[in-house]
Parts: sequence; structure tokens; C-alpha cells
Amino acid sequence: MINDINSAQVAAIDSLAAASTLDEVNRLAADLTSKKSPISQLKAGLGAITDAEERKQIGQAINAAVGQIATAIETKRQELGDAVRQAKVAAERLDLTEFLTEPTRGHAHVVTQAWERLEDVFIGMGYQVAEGPEVETDWHNFEALNMGEGHPARGEFDTLFVEAVDEQYRSGDPGRLLLRTHTSPVQIRTMLTNEPPIYVVAPGRVFRRDTPDATHMPVFHQIEGLVIDEGITMAHLAGTIEAFTKAFFGEGFTSRLRPSYFPFTEPSAEFDIQLPSGDWLELGGCGMVHPNVLRAGGIDPERWSGFAFGFGIDRMAVMRHGIADLREMYTNDLRFIEQF
Amino acid sequence: MKLLQSWLAEYLDLPAAGFLETDISEQIAEQLTSLGLAVEEMIGVGHTVDGVITAKVLRTESHVDAAKVHRVYVDAGDGVERHVWCGAFNMSVGDVVPLATLGTEMPDGRRIERRGILGIDSEGMLCSASELGLGADHSGIMLLDPSTPLGVPYGEALGVRPDVIFDLDLTRNRPDCWGYVGVARDLAARLGVEFRPPGTARALPASDPARAGVSVEIRDPERCGRFLAIVISGITVGPSAPWMAQRLTAAGMRPINNVVDVSNYVMLELNQPNHAYDLHHLGGSGFIIRTAAEGERLTTLDGVERSVTPADLLICDATNTPVGIAGIMGGLDSEISDSTTSIALEMAWFQAGPILASATRLGLRSEASARFERGVDPWGIDLAVNRFIDLLAETCPGLEVQSAVSDIHTAELPAAQREVSVRIDRVNGLLGTALDMDMVRSLLVPIGFACQIETAPSDDTGGVLAAKVPSWRPDCEGEVDLIEEVARHYGYHRIEKAVPLSPVHGHLSVAQTRRRHLRQVLLGLGISEAMPNPFLGPETAAAAGVTLPMMRITNPLVSDESVLRTSLRPGLLRAIAFNESHRRDGVHLYEIGHVYPAGTSELPDEAEMLCVVLAGSQAPAAVALWREVAAALGIGARLDQDNPPSGMHRTRSASLLAGKSRIGAIGEIDPAVTEAFDISERVAILELDLSAVLETAPAPAKWSAVSRAPSSDLDLAFVVAEEVPAQRIDRAIRQGAGSMVVSVSLFDVFRGGSLENGTRSLAYRVRLQAPDRTLTEADISERRAAIIAAVAKAGGVLRS
Repeated sequence: MINDINSAQVAAIDSLAAASTLDEVNRLAADLTSKKSPISQLKAGLGAITDAEERKQIGQAINAAVGQIATAIETKRQELGDAVRQAKVAAERLDLTEFLTEPTRGHAHVVTQAWERLEDVFIGMGYQVAEGPEVETDWHNFEALNMGEGHPARGEFDTLFVEAVDEQYRSGDPGRLLLRTHTSPVQIRTMLTNEPPIYVVAPGRVFRRDTPDATHMPVFHQIEGLVIDEGITMAHLAGTIEAFTKAFFGEGFTSRLRPSYFPFTEPSAEFDIQLPSGDWLELGGCGMVHPNVLRAGGIDPERWSGFAFGFGIDRMAVMRHGIADLREMYTNDLRFIEQF
Repeated sequence: MKLLQSWLAEYLDLPAAGFLETDISEQIAEQLTSLGLAVEEMIGVGHTVDGVITAKVLRTESHVDAAKVHRVYVDAGDGVERHVWCGAFNMSVGDVVPLATLGTEMPDGRRIERRGILGIDSEGMLCSASELGLGADHSGIMLLDPSTPLGVPYGEALGVRPDVIFDLDLTRNRPDCWGYVGVARDLAARLGVEFRPPGTARALPASDPARAGVSVEIRDPERCGRFLAIVISGITVGPSAPWMAQRLTAAGMRPINNVVDVSNYVMLELNQPNHAYDLHHLGGSGFIIRTAAEGERLTTLDGVERSVTPADLLICDATNTPVGIAGIMGGLDSEISDSTTSIALEMAWFQAGPILASATRLGLRSEASARFERGVDPWGIDLAVNRFIDLLAETCPGLEVQSAVSDIHTAELPAAQREVSVRIDRVNGLLGTALDMDMVRSLLVPIGFACQIETAPSDDTGGVLAAKVPSWRPDCEGEVDLIEEVARHYGYHRIEKAVPLSPVHGHLSVAQTRRRHLRQVLLGLGISEAMPNPFLGPETAAAAGVTLPMMRITNPLVSDESVLRTSLRPGLLRAIAFNESHRRDGVHLYEIGHVYPAGTSELPDEAEMLCVVLAGSQAPAAVALWREVAAALGIGARLDQDNPPSGMHRTRSASLLAGKSRIGAIGEIDPAVTEAFDISERVAILELDLSAVLETAPAPAKWSAVSRAPSSDLDLAFVVAEEVPAQRIDRAIRQGAGSMVVSVSLFDVFRGGSLENGTRSLAYRVRLQAPDRTLTEADISERRAAIIAAVAKAGGVLRS
């Protein structure tokens, strides 16, 4: 009996070993576990054994053989399943460097990128972002900024003046509306609508009557900063410019202020940044807000003081990317836009 | 303003500054820049080439085999005859010429070698002026004065010394620095050395028009505040003293004659423009200063006949004949000539603004107008007159000054000095410094602001100084201007750097945050950002079908940029055309920018718009884009196809309506417009008025529990007339499905077949779900019936 069990087990395992497909294994498994299988037959014959001890031993041997066969079936299934999966995976090989499509993400304009980076630096320094109209009144653009009628500095702005084509839309004196020549009118609007303390930057589009060339555009962008608070000094201006320089350009950069003249600030300064190479680069203008400007903004210059600064955004993009000609930035040529 | 270093050095004790041993020019430039007198450029002048000496031509000889060169024999002062080959033939025996000796390094890099031609060595090279950096003349060998000593460096013989020109970029508030003395005053104060302005031993003759020999009548007292005329006779017109001629030349001014040169010299030195008239050509021996009459004509010194208007001020002689445009340029007829023996010298003060306006109108900028339009010292005239006489006397020993002058002042003449109170606490409060009264005073006094104590310092305050503003500083009007002077001379670099602690929370506004979010959505959808010019030609706007009332630029640069856009569309269409013409089809671009339609208030109805153009796409692409944008921004709008926007495809476009207001346009560009813009593709477009949608953020989405109950789908197709928009059917389905609706999606649109013309079949999948239970057959059939009923009302018939 034990020999029969062994040979049934060996036969079963041999037949499984010979199987080469999952179907075959499944068929064999069905046969080997059916009631007609040799081992099942042997199991059926157990009842005929009278000796309890012998019956127990034979029973255990049969169960062991059944277990061995089941394990062999499972192992074979696993083995063949792996082979099938591996063959499938092998057949599915792809060359991932067959790039059939180009990236399609959109590209923000370089000026917008510089604009947002600047905003972010100042937001981090506790500033909010102010905006204003691009068509301005003479009062906001000049007069309130301490450049009254006939002020010689007005001549330096090369202003573009506007009026409605259709007379029915014209109001007030001609020559009073213009395209803002700088973002400074936003200072006035901010002062008129907010109580100090004021900590704002005003990025925006500005206009000059300049013929386009590699370094000038009639339409370009500036960012203006304005701080008005109690006890604001020129030291705060110098410190703010320095902090900005390091935050925006990097730790290796420093800044300096140099006397200059703007009608809307007094004292006035140019600010330069020093590159890690040691070279100085003129960046923008700044100064302590002129008392006349504070008064125009409805703020008492005896109680509050403040500083303002401004510089070109386009130039930041030019410097960052090494763009040789400003005009390139405004061609809307995708071959340009997609570089950044 | 260009300043010659050697000239500037005359007015200050530079050696006393000690540190200026090396790189003196660099250090002067640095100090000037840090004073706000920015040195734009330093130009080295008068550098000579080592090894080039003077030599006399002894004889010249041609050579039969060399036509283009000849042999020149020279004596360089040592009595030895030297032979050089020379390609120029302009010298004669006895001429003194510059000889570059062997070994000389020429400025162009050549080294003079003993190089032979036809086997005969050359012992040097004769030089042209341009080869020596002395001008542009390279037509022949430079010929020096025959009396020049031989064998000396040519620079020494010519009186050329190395010097530096500082090119200053002066700001409008520093008119005084248009004269050497003004710059020197600032520099001396900064360096802490003695300032030595030119002085005079003369006293100005008293003003007595009766004895002055020249009359003055100011008929425009507002524009001319002071006019001084003085008669100087015994003049011999001739060349200036060499030192003056050299100095003017080095400063870039051509020497003319002793009278004109002194006039220019005084202007450059003291910033006092002046004019010398030939007294015998001055009708009636006097001046009338009056407003020009319309249409009057005058030929100015530059030989140009000019037409003047009442915007210009004229200097006329006593017969009322114009002899010059006040403050700008003299007339040709009274010019100083070789025969001049007596002059009437004008020194005047004019209001800056009208001179600026007049010079601008005439398009005539002179050295004089550049100074007057910024502001000249009205009280510097006295010294300037005496300085003029002193300098002219150097070349005119017989010079005589009339014993009286005509010096007329008007009410417009600014006071000689104004007093401004300077609070020391205010100085420190504005600068962030801790300067005491003595320090402030020590910074102001050296630049001409005499100070007295108005309030002495106490324990509580720093005190107040009463500072007298000198007449050459018209820019200093109030306390804050003097604080700037203190800061300048203290040094901006010495002001500490401190960052103010903002009490404000730094953040973007709702609209700014949403604008950035919108950008990110658009970029993620593969749309790049364009920045077209906001200026258009009126025809371009018309070609785009843009109809809003426009603003025009009254002084445009070019006519193609003479109106302000009222739509972003034309700019983006041009961008598509540009890219198409560079073999780039299918461009997707957006712009977020302002439009400026004329409005009824003071300012135009400026608004921020979004425009997206999808070249090579049709209207549904724009709709798909709109749905993305609307979902991202949490906004909604109805598509109103009944009133297609102007310039857009009549049957494929819609206005976006939020309630009753139009917030945008969507669809396709009118084919006529794309054709006008030379675009070959179809263009899908979305326009959105951002000022209407960015300001308010939607309330944060409220959580609703995700149902764990199974959902059921209903597929329903409706036959709908073409006129009935699908959005109405969609709405009806949602209405009918009630609260159980999870989603409604249109999955098929079918036309033709058995369908009647003018209708189409819209197939929807409606997913229904209850929050808490499995839907029963009854639920579903009830909803189905409700949907069909609602759709029927909206104009859709269930397709059987």
C-alpha cells in the first residue's frame, strides 16, 4: 500500500513536471484531484484496512502525498504563470526615448516672470501690491508729484498725451490726460485711499515717447515701492534697498545710494548694485518722499515720513536672461517666448 | 558738462588733500559721483607718444624706382643728418616736423624699425596729426611752427599736457555746477581743502544810465529780472593768450578771438552766460529787452534765419532792432570782428522757465540757454563782469572801462539770499543719523550756506539753525532741500542701513491672487503669454471689428500707433499672423492686459481683460477652455449666441452673460477678420473682462459627503431643434433629476439619418445616486419620467 502511494505521488509529480502550459497543468490538476485519481482511489480503499494503527499510518501517508501533489501543482502554476508574464513583459518593450510629442506647457512672458519674482520678494518683506490706471491725469502723474505746470523735469519724461477720438467723450481741459510716464502716480492714489502705515509696491506698465531701440521701448514696465510710517528715515531706505538686493539677486550682491535728483523725493538718490565681480550697476532711483508729495496725498509730513524707490522690470528680465535687445521681448515670437 | 581736470584744479588746493598722490583723476571722479555730480565718463586727453621729437627738414630727394615715397633728410637737433622714407610730400625745406625715432611704439601698435626700402634704411618715421592722436588730419605730415626748438618731445613743443576730461551727468537741481567754480566748491568741501574762487581787484562801476554810454530798457520785467550793460573800449581784437586758447581747446571749445574767448571762459568758469556786442554796430548805443512780435525774423550767430514769436524774448538795440534772442543766442550783425574797438557787454538774468520753453520751441540749444533754462545766479553778475574785464585786459593793455554801467533790476529778480530754518532733529529724523548742530553747520558752511543759531540745542531738542541760501542755489527752497545738502556732504555711504519692520501683512489681494491662478491654469493648458503693443492704428482696430469708442494719442511716434486699444484681439491676431509667417502654426496665446475705451468720466473706462486665441482651433475649443477657466475661477456665465460679438464668427460665437451683464465673448474669429490679418487658420477665441471676475473669490466649497451607495446611469437621447441651445436641455435634465443627480454628460450629438432637417439628437448619460441607499427601480423610473417631462418643456423630445 505504501508503495502504491509513493508511486502514485511520483507519477503525479512527474506528469506535472512534463506539463508546459498552464492549460495542461489545469487539466492535470483536475485529474489528479478527481475522485478517479490513483491517490483518491487509494484513499477510498482505506476503509478496507481493519487494523486501526495501520489505517492511521496509511491515511497519514495518503494525506502527505495529496499535500505534496497539491504543492507541486501550485508550484508548477506559479512557474508557468511567471514565464507567461515575463514573456508578455518582454514582448511589451518600449523605447521611452522615442519622443513623439513636444512639451506643450505654456510659457509666461519674461516680464511677467520678473514681475512676479519682484512682487514675491517684497511680499516677503511685508509689502502689499498696489495698482493704478495706465491712462492718468496730469495731476496724478506730475502735479501731485511736485512737478507743477512748467516744471523743467516734465520735459525729461517724453510724455504721450491722449484724448477721446470722439468729442462727446472728452471732458476737462485738453492735454490733461496722458499715458503714465512712471508708476509713481500709484503712490498718490495709494496715499489718497489708505491711511499710513503704508508698505506697498506698485508694478505696472508705463509709457514714454521713445523710439524703440535695443535699450528703449515706448511701452515698458516699472516697479515702485512706497513706505510711509512714523519715524521712517533714509537709513530705512538704504536698508530696504540692501535687503531687496540680497533677496532678489543673491547674497553676493550689495547696494549703495548716490545723490541724485527727482522732484518727488528729497533727499533723492540713485541706487546701484555691486555684482560679485565688483562692478557697479545703476539700477533705479529712490529717495525720501518729498513733503509736497505727502501733502498732495493728504498725509501730514510733520507726523509721517516715508521713502519711495523705483526701477525697470524689463531690465531685470534682460539681466537675468542676457537678452541683447529689448525689442525681442515684444515680438510675441514663440521662438522667443518658449525660451523662458 | 565737460570739465578739464587741470582747469578745475585751479580753484581748489588739491595737494592739501594728501591722498591724491596716485590715481588722482579716479579719486576725483569717485568723490564727484558720491556728491551727486555723476561722472559718466573720464576721457584722457593730451597724451603724447614717447619717442616722437621735433626735427627740421634739411632736403628731400626722390628715388627713380619709388614713385609713392620719397627720401627726406632731417636734423633732430643733434646736428646729425637722418634719413627717412616718407609717403607724404607736403613738407618743404626748413619745416619742423614730428619724427618718430627708432623703437617708438605708435598708438596703433606699430613699432618704428630700421626698415629699408630698395636696400636703403629708414631711421624713423615722420608723423601726421592723426597718427599722434592730435586730430583727424592724416592728409600729410604735421607741420609745426618753424621757430619750434629741435629735438624736443613734440608734446612739449606744442604745449600739450596729459589731462583728463570729466563728463558730468548733472541733475536739474544743480545749475551752479554748469560752471567750474560750482563743481570746485562742492569738491573742495568734500575733500576738506581750501576753495579758491577767482577774485578781482576791481569794483564794479556804479549804475548810472546817464553816464554809462549804453542804455537799457526792460519791457518784459517778468522774463528779464536783471540786465547789466557796460561799455569797454580800447580793445584790440586778436588771438587769445596761448594758455586760454589751449584751455578752451582742451575743454572742447574752439578759440575764436580774445573777446569771444573771454566771454566763453567766464561762462564756463562762473556759469554766467554773457554777450559782447560791437558798440559801433549797436543802433542807438543801447538795449531794449522785449517780447518778440509774431513773425519777426532774426539771423542768429550760427547763420540761421529764425522766425520768432511772443514765446521768445528779444534783445534789441535802442532802435528796437533785434540783436539777439535773449538767453539763447546773439544775432549775427553785431558780432565781434577784427575791427571792433569798443564793446557793449551784456550780463543778464532771465527766468529759467521761459528760456526753456523758447529754446525748445526754436529747437536751439546753446551753451547759454542750457544754463539759463536751469537757473543762473542773478547775483554772480558783478564778479563775472569784473572777471571778464580782468581777463580781457591781459590781451588788451589799452582797455578802458566806462565809469558807469546800466544795471536795471526788476521785481522778478530773486533776493540775494533767503533764510531757511533747519531743525537738527528733523535732519536726523529724516536721515537716520545722529548729527549735532556743529556737525550740520560744518557741512553747510563750506558750500556757501552761512548759518546762525536760531534756537540753541537743549536737552530736549537738537536746536535750529538759520541757514542763508546762496543765490546760486535756486533749487534750495525749504528745509528738506538743506537736509539733502547735509546728507550729500555727510556722505550717503555713511548713512546706516536698517530695514523697517513692516507692521503690515504682506500679501497679494484677492484679485492679484486670482490673476496668478488664472495664469497658471492657462499655462497648464499649454497657452503662452504674449505682450502686444497696446497702441494701434485706427485701421487695425477697424479691421478687427473692434467698435468701442477709442482714445487717441495726440503726439504719437508713428501713425500706426496712434490710438489706444479697446480690445486685446487685434494685438493677438497680429501675433498669430507673425508666427504663421515664421512657419509656426497653431499657436496658443493669451494676454492679460488693459484696454482703454473712452468713457464719460474723467478717465477712460480702463479695464483689465483676458484674451486667449487658439490658432488652428474651432469654436468648441474655446468653449472647452472657457469651462476650464470658469471652473478654476469659480465663475459661471451663460452663452448667448443670439447676439454674436462684433468681429466674431456670426454663427459660431456667443457673448458670455453673467446675469444681465456681458463679461466676455467666446467662439471663433470672423473669417473676414482673419483674412484681413493675413491669418490662414481658423482662430478660436475667448475674451473675459477680468475686472468683472477677479475681484471676488467664490466662497470656499462646502464639503458634501461622498455617497457610499451604488449609483445608476440613465442614457437618454432627445431630438432637439437647432435653435434650442444644448445648455437649456442640460439645465432641464438637472431640474428633472432633482437632488439625485450626480452628473449629466452629453456623450453624442447626431444629425441626419432619420432626423428631420433642423434638428439633432443629443444623447446624455445621467448618473443618479442617493446619499444613503440603493436606488430602487421605482426611484429611477420616476426620475426618468421627470427628466423627460422637463426636457419636453425645454423643447426636447425623447428619441424613440
